Amino acid sequence: MFEFLENLGKATRSSFAKLGRSTLFLGHTLTGIGDVIPRPNLLIKQIYSVGVLSFLIITISGLFVGMVLGLQGFYTLSDFGAEESLGVMVAASLVRELGPVVSALLFAGRAGSALTAEIGLMKATEQLSGMEMMAVDPVKRIISPRFLAGFISTPLLAALFSAVGVIGGHLVGVGMLGVDDGAFWAQMQANIDFQQDIINGVIKSIVFGFVVSWIALFEGYDAIPTAEGVSRATTRTVVNSAFSILGLDFILTALMFGDI
Amino acid sequence: MQHSKTQDTLVGLFVATGIAALFYMALQISNLGSYSSDDTYTVIANFQNSGGLKVKSPVSIAGVRIGRVSSISLDKETHESVVEMQIESKYNNLPDDSGASIYTAGLLGEQYISIDPGPGISGDFLKDKSKIDNVSSAIILEEMIGKFMLNKAEGK
Repeated sequence: MFEFLENLGKATRSSFAKLGRSTLFLGHTLTGIGDVIPRPNLLIKQIYSVGVLSFLIITISGLFVGMVLGLQGFYTLSDFGAEESLGVMVAASLVRELGPVVSALLFAGRAGSALTAEIGLMKATEQLSGMEMMAVDPVKRIISPRFLAGFISTPLLAALFSAVGVIGGHLVGVGMLGVDDGAFWAQMQANIDFQQDIINGVIKSIVFGFVVSWIALFEGYDAIPTAEGVSRATTRTVVNSAFSILGLDFILTALMFGDI
Repeated sequence: MQHSKTQDTLVGLFVATGIAALFYMALQISNLGSYSSDDTYTVIANFQNSGGLKVKSPVSIAGVRIGRVSSISLDKETHESVVEMQIESKYNNLPDDSGASIYTAGLLGEQYISIDPGPGISGDFLKDKSKIDNVSSAIILEEMIGKFMLNKAEGK
């Protein structure tokens, strides 16, 4: 009984300690961003590895998600004789929800896990301590450029995802199933509001990019410097990112679209 | 640190495509492309019942959209619905005896205001803050069904 209470207390304390460490880490990372700007090469290299290398998976997934939406939407809407609304349905679901959420999930799986493993391995091979020895701040030099790169890349990837998805929906709906081309675009444009839908979608993806980059980098930085520790940290990155994305998505949607 | 020109170019291309996708969304998917920031003037109409009319519902003449509803409020004394609409300034030649009616697009579609241009007996046009007197309220489906049922019952 006492052992159980002891363990409970320990777990609670360590989770609070972790939250505290991660917040301090975020503060440290954010202050390091100022040092990244005079050295754009660091940033470009990271945008390449988190953004450009995620480009393919994002566009292909976006295309298929849009095509599935077109197909499923068509069969449901045609029951009500409302095939013309297919464009609105595809675009609204992509721009509001699927674009930011799915691209952030893919980003966490593709880029977040890689970041954690990279940082964790740097820690395990004592590269980070080596930098400290040379009076180079590893957070400013290693973490901040990666954070900024993730933060910049996610909204761009989400926008790509949504745009390609709409094209995929158009391909299936208009190209294969014979929805009227004009009605597809006209209804979409009449019902998707720039401020309400597109700006809110971009805000969502910025928030997700911030959170996923933070989680991935912190888990790597905080990993136990062993092979097992790094592998666990990588798993935690993907799991925690997925939880945070979906939970935050609910909160953001309630704030943006609901009257809560 | 070594870095290659190709990497720079690829990153540049990536950022450019991302921004292009944002523009594509703004112009092709949303209403920003058809958004007009032209000057508008406000016209007011009091309806007995504005039904399912909402802010931003279209205002049209002969099916052409000329403006949007900007506010709907209740007149505390007459208990009428006060609907303000913004009409684009280029349509400044609407006779002041025009009528406004609330219609439904399709049987169950959204409601909109249709302006019926009047004969223009006085020769004046609707101006900013003018009021449309000749109005007909929204057709409420439930009311119609209720009346129909009542008539049926009385007819027997």
